[in-house]
Amino acid sequence: MTVMEQRGAYRPTPPPAWQPRTDPAPLLPDALPYRVLGTDAAADVDPALLRRLYAELVRGRRYNTQATALTKQGRLAVYPSSTGQEACEVAAALVLEERDWLFPSYRDTLAAVARGLDPVQALTLLRGDWHTGYDPHEHRVAPLCTPLATQLPHAVGLAHAARLKGDDVVALALVGDGGTSEGDFHEALNFAAVWQAPVVFLVQNNGFAISVPLAKQTAAPSLAHKAVGYGMPGRLVDGNDAAAVHQVLTEAVAHARAGGGPTLVEAVTYRIDAHTNADDATRYRGEGEVETWRAHDPIALLEHELTERGLLDEDGIRAAQEAAEAMAADLRARMNQDPVLDPMDLFAHVYAEPTPQLREQQALLKAELAAEEEGAHR
Amino acid sequence: MTTVALKPATMAQALTRALRDAMTADPTVHVMGEDVGTLGGVFRVTDGLAKEFGEDRVTDTPLAEAGILGTAVGMAMYGLRPVVEMQFDAFAYPAFEQLISHVARMRNRTRGAMPLPITIRVPYGGGIGGVEHHSDSSEAYYMATPGLHVVTPATVADAYGLLRAAIASDDPVVFLEPKRLYWSKDTWNPEEPQGVEPIGRAVVRRTGRSATLITYGPSVPVCLEAAEAATAEGWDLEVVDLRSLVPFDDETVAASVRRTGRAVVVHESGSYGGPGGEIAARVTERCFHHLEAPVLRVAGFDIPYPPPMLERHHLPGVDRILDAVGRLQWEAEN
Repeated sequence: MTVMEQRGAYRPTPPPAWQPRTDPAPLLPDALPYRVLGTDAAADVDPALLRRLYAELVRGRRYNTQATALTKQGRLAVYPSSTGQEACEVAAALVLEERDWLFPSYRDTLAAVARGLDPVQALTLLRGDWHTGYDPHEHRVAPLCTPLATQLPHAVGLAHAARLKGDDVVALALVGDGGTSEGDFHEALNFAAVWQAPVVFLVQNNGFAISVPLAKQTAAPSLAHKAVGYGMPGRLVDGNDAAAVHQVLTEAVAHARAGGGPTLVEAVTYRIDAHTNADDATRYRGEGEVETWRAHDPIALLEHELTERGLLDEDGIRAAQEAAEAMAADLRARMNQDPVLDPMDLFAHVYAEPTPQLREQQALLKAELAAEEEGAHR
Repeated sequence: MTTVALKPATMAQALTRALRDAMTADPTVHVMGEDVGTLGGVFRVTDGLAKEFGEDRVTDTPLAEAGILGTAVGMAMYGLRPVVEMQFDAFAYPAFEQLISHVARMRNRTRGAMPLPITIRVPYGGGIGGVEHHSDSSEAYYMATPGLHVVTPATVADAYGLLRAAIASDDPVVFLEPKRLYWSKDTWNPEEPQGVEPIGRAVVRRTGRSATLITYGPSVPVCLEAAEAATAEGWDLEVVDLRSLVPFDDETVAASVRRTGRAVVVHESGSYGGPGGEIAARVTERCFHHLEAPVLRVAGFDIPYPPPMLERHHLPGVDRILDAVGRLQWEAEN
């Protein structure tokens, strides 16, 4: 007997207690990316902050060009440039308090440097000297993450643990547009929202996952819209507008710190360089498109705002460039020194105590090294 | 806190006691996973813990294994000691990327700056009539991943002692719980103080002179039963319970095989690419001149885990073990 056939005998019951949430509107992002520079909102931004952002952007751009040059000299195995995305990188670092944590992906070396990490240490992974060249606890920067989006649940777990311990620590996790397709992105956002963890997710939508454009990555209205499904606010921001990214992230961090839970921020930006030095970007995008984005350059946008308002003059621009040049010269000099590596380190950090099996292999390598040494002296 | 006097106790009760004692001793120990809170776990291993320690320390998570392990990584980064439950062996596979790309190598990639003291409890193996995806023996995958300890108890006392050691370890430990033995009983007295069993030591469960059965987890009782049955044939079998697959106790295993001159490795997981191949190779390398016969393997077939009505044909049983031992005799005599 079907339900239709038993209609006469059917006794209606009250609907189940669970009802869908009917007020998703506050979670929805704006229709267009939020902007500050070139709008009336810019007048409200602290000039000192604008100048600081400018200095960091100029330094960041120089860092990107220097690191790219180092790949050509064979000093770096690979460098995923963030040229064009410096506003996101710098803002992400500057909105955090000292006790907060940053969870970068492989393209976010600049964010780590802007947070205070030694530029050489930040490049350790990409240099091929060791995997992580710094103590993550020192600057509260997690290791640069190569698998996509897998660092996002770490950020959630850390933020959750901090809250359990009563510390008002916020975690900010960086991910690209391609990373939003990964399962870990979904699981991280879901856990964060269910636990109301003090974490902020910043998606740097730079248009391409290596060669695959956003249109082939998602059918969502925007990546920020994905937040609604998890029950967290989504914010859409112009990723080349340093003041706007800084403001949106500041609000999201404050919201998280106050116990309001996570936020998903999508910063719309563009990767001016290829994916890495191993990638030929001309195969999947035209020079016209790149030029359009060059005209919306994060440094030029901020420089225009500052000079228009008389907050920056030729001397100020030169001073920023000189500071950046000094950083680049120091980076170059130190990267041109060959790192001294100890092969026995290979076994030192697999376990707290090497297993008997590792001790055997350690002895083998030691003997090989001794034989090499002897051969060199022969 | 109350401990119920139960004599004899089951392995599941010993595991619960181990979790409770670890949480009492160390406030940074957190238990998390699907159904571990209100329900007390589908095998009841976490029974009563949420009530005793609160939801902040015994957390029902969303149903997402990568998320469970991934968030545990972040919690460990902040100084907690998460004990995560993967409800069934095959349910752990979505978490493999977190396990292999992060959990196993975080200490290594940070040059020791960021150890991850995470215990991953995985109920594993067959013999309980579970449907598809509920009976896998996935230990070979874990063994093949540097940076993980892989532990599996076979007795009630070891379940307690090894889980305490796993939780206390500063390195990640995959703690494989033979679910077929959850209800196995022992004269273990939960009211007495219990010892912690160091990870990495095998133990001789039965001494013998004719041959060594090298085994672990759910196959240990089967091997002990086979050893008893073998006495009818005049064979005196030694049974070595590995307890730890990583690190591997070469010394105990090699010493036994040198005494007996013959060895059979017994486990439920498939033989090709399985733990037995590694163990047989290690034994051969160390004991070649003491061996009277090739090291044999009695393992599950190289098939996806069979449906429950056929699993008895797949699981290594007493007869298959005795047949192998018989072949050792034949090899020795010809």
